[in-house]
Amino acid sequence: MELSLTTRAVGEHTVLDVGGEVDVYTAPRLRERLVELVDGGSRNVVVDLARVDFLDSTGLGVLVGALKRLRAANGTFGLVCSKEPLLKIFRITALDQVFPIFPSVEAAISTSAGDGDDIHPSA
Amino acid sequence: MATVRLSFSPAPVHVRTARLVGVAVARRAGVAEELLDEVRLAIGEACTRAVALHRQYGLPDLVMVEMSDSDSYTVRVVDRAPIEASVGLAKLPPDELADESLTDEALTTGVGFALLAGFVDDLQVRPVDDGAGTEVRMVWPVHRR
Repeated sequence: MELSLTTRAVGEHTVLDVGGEVDVYTAPRLRERLVELVDGGSRNVVVDLARVDFLDSTGLGVLVGALKRLRAANGTFGLVCSKEPLLKIFRITALDQVFPIFPSVEAAISTSAGDGDDIHPSA
Repeated sequence: MATVRLSFSPAPVHVRTARLVGVAVARRAGVAEELLDEVRLAIGEACTRAVALHRQYGLPDLVMVEMSDSDSYTVRVVDRAPIEASVGLAKLPPDELADESLTDEALTTGVGFALLAGFVDDLQVRPVDDGAGTEVRMVWPVHRR
């Protein structure tokens, strides 16, 4: 399934809905969009992975890159993910200790205070 | 003996094809349905690694994926990069994953290896028998119908 990227504003947050397969071929498009968001002034970014059905190491690398970029800009970055196969990928790579991961967009945007490092993963 | 052998030019667009074929053969071989997501991810990671190495070294050679289902489902992904390139396979500790000094390439390599090691119980990474290159060999159990 092709990668789909849709951006929407929810209060102070920019939510990027990602769908399809994020892999070595499609991840550069995700990277471009995240860079555009940060360069365009977005400082509180939530990436919703609910419609992602494949995520590999390249995609994970892009997400870490966005986290670092927002951290450098004093922003926040969170992931929305409740699918067990994807959560397992975050656990195996120990990236569940790096990203704030929330079960819903509502949970992600309601935890808006402070830097991403201060937010503990909830899923 | 291989059931299916696939070779592709080292371009990211072909990794998806390798994943699809790998899962289709796994399903036909009798790999349990609940393992197929892991098979798909592991084959993708092994092929992504091979493509990255070929591009890093400017190698036009094809990446080879060989699937066989004799007693188990065995997938071999063979690259033709210099052996020393394989030294990059190292699992990264959590506190280094988002470190500013870590390059994107090093992060992706480390995370890719963590996924391979985490999802494949029977995993071997070894030099190929002939010439330059590395073979990533992954084995999954099958249930005969």
